[in-house]
Amino acid sequence: MMASVLVIAVHLAFALAVTPLLIGVMRTVRARLEGRVGGGVLQPWRDVIKLFGKEPVRAPGSSPVLVWAPLLLMASSLVLVALIPLVSTLPLASVPGDLFVVVSVLLLGTVALAMLGLESGTAFGGMGSSRHMMFTALVEPTVLLSIYALSVPVGTSALAAIVRGRRDDLSLLLNPVSILAIAALVVVVIAETGRLPVDNPSTHLELTMVHEAMILESGGRDLGWLEFGSWLRLTGLLGLAVNLAVPWGLASDATALALIIGTATTTVKLLLVGAALAAVEVFIAKLRLFRVPELLAGSFVLAFLSVSASYLVF
Amino acid sequence: MSLTRLIGMIARTGTVAEPITAADIEVREGFVPPPCLRGSAQVRHVDAGSCNGCEIEVAAAFGPVYDVERFGARLVASPRHADVVAVTGVVSVNMADPLRNTIEATPNPRVVVSIGDCTRNCGVFADSYAVAGTVDDLTEVDVHVPGCPPAPEAIVAALRAVTQR
Repeated sequence: MMASVLVIAVHLAFALAVTPLLIGVMRTVRARLEGRVGGGVLQPWRDVIKLFGKEPVRAPGSSPVLVWAPLLLMASSLVLVALIPLVSTLPLASVPGDLFVVVSVLLLGTVALAMLGLESGTAFGGMGSSRHMMFTALVEPTVLLSIYALSVPVGTSALAAIVRGRRDDLSLLLNPVSILAIAALVVVVIAETGRLPVDNPSTHLELTMVHEAMILESGGRDLGWLEFGSWLRLTGLLGLAVNLAVPWGLASDATALALIIGTATTTVKLLLVGAALAAVEVFIAKLRLFRVPELLAGSFVLAFLSVSASYLVF
Repeated sequence: MSLTRLIGMIARTGTVAEPITAADIEVREGFVPPPCLRGSAQVRHVDAGSCNGCEIEVAAAFGPVYDVERFGARLVASPRHADVVAVTGVVSVNMADPLRNTIEATPNPRVVVSIGDCTRNCGVFADSYAVAGTVDDLTEVDVHVPGCPPAPEAIVAALRAVTQR
């Protein structure tokens, strides 16, 4: 019990500390490749601290959704990073670190965002919400299916146990099931966190927005929760994908040394993957909205093949 | 362009940002930059009736060469996200209300920056039937960037006066 509390505390502290750094590294890599200097890796920290110090402006006649949706997104993101095996593969006592729980918590944040987009009453907010829900409907089955394929050889749907099983048995990492599932997972993580080529996080054109369109009407503290909550989702999902693909270095017990090593390796892995993602984004353009379902259907096919193959391989 | 040529071009070009030289800006008497905006200021740009000369210079200030993002300023798509309202041009009759609404929709503490001579004296548009007045008539301006059009260095200097970096 004490070990679980410690692990959750370490996960939360790790995510809160590393997330702005991850965003800062990704923005800096992109800026450098574009010939700019960029705001520096600490700029996201300065941005959110400033946002938390500002009074939000809320439209007259808006409902309490405008107040609680950002808090719900932030809370769901915190639960997400606590449950995902980011630093340690210790099974959590009396808290289900289960695949289905994690996907439900993810969906809770998505619904909060969509409600917020509708609440603003502007055309762009509703448009962003409908696009986001369309992506979600295509993304969630793929997340479930691809991790389900990885859970078949391990025999459990607890994420920590899947990561531990993959670390202990190299043959689980290098086979078609694993490669197909990880490829599918990477595509859906990119779609779910609103990165290129599905959504452009730095766009100023309302008609091309998805995530940005939903948060157009939030300012000050509300925007701070929304930004931090969305960044935490990126940390959680990217951390899950990278730990499933490269499961070494994670803490398998709750000793201080193991947790420090786990934190350090996951930080390095996350920053490297984030930098690679940002570098790839420089070379690609946003997909047309009606092409995105093709991309996501492709990733679903990969996940489906992976599940089918898992019954042939194991 | 092939991928290898693009990678080669990125490698050859490196960073093109130039060091910023000092420029003249006019800061309102008694203006103190809000302490919470130190190092981070999101800018909402409003074209209230400009000839688009200032817009080119604003775009240049946020581009790779002048790169005001290295001092913590970033353009945003909504006044709700903004800390700084940057206004260019005269205030035309049709833009007077939208400009007032934009400034009101910006969360406090906010800073109003006016860019270009038109925001002070209406320039060549003075006495036109379509002009409602200057930005100074409509709201209190904290930082003014003179010039027709102002140099990107001056716009960078004005935003640095807000972010203090």
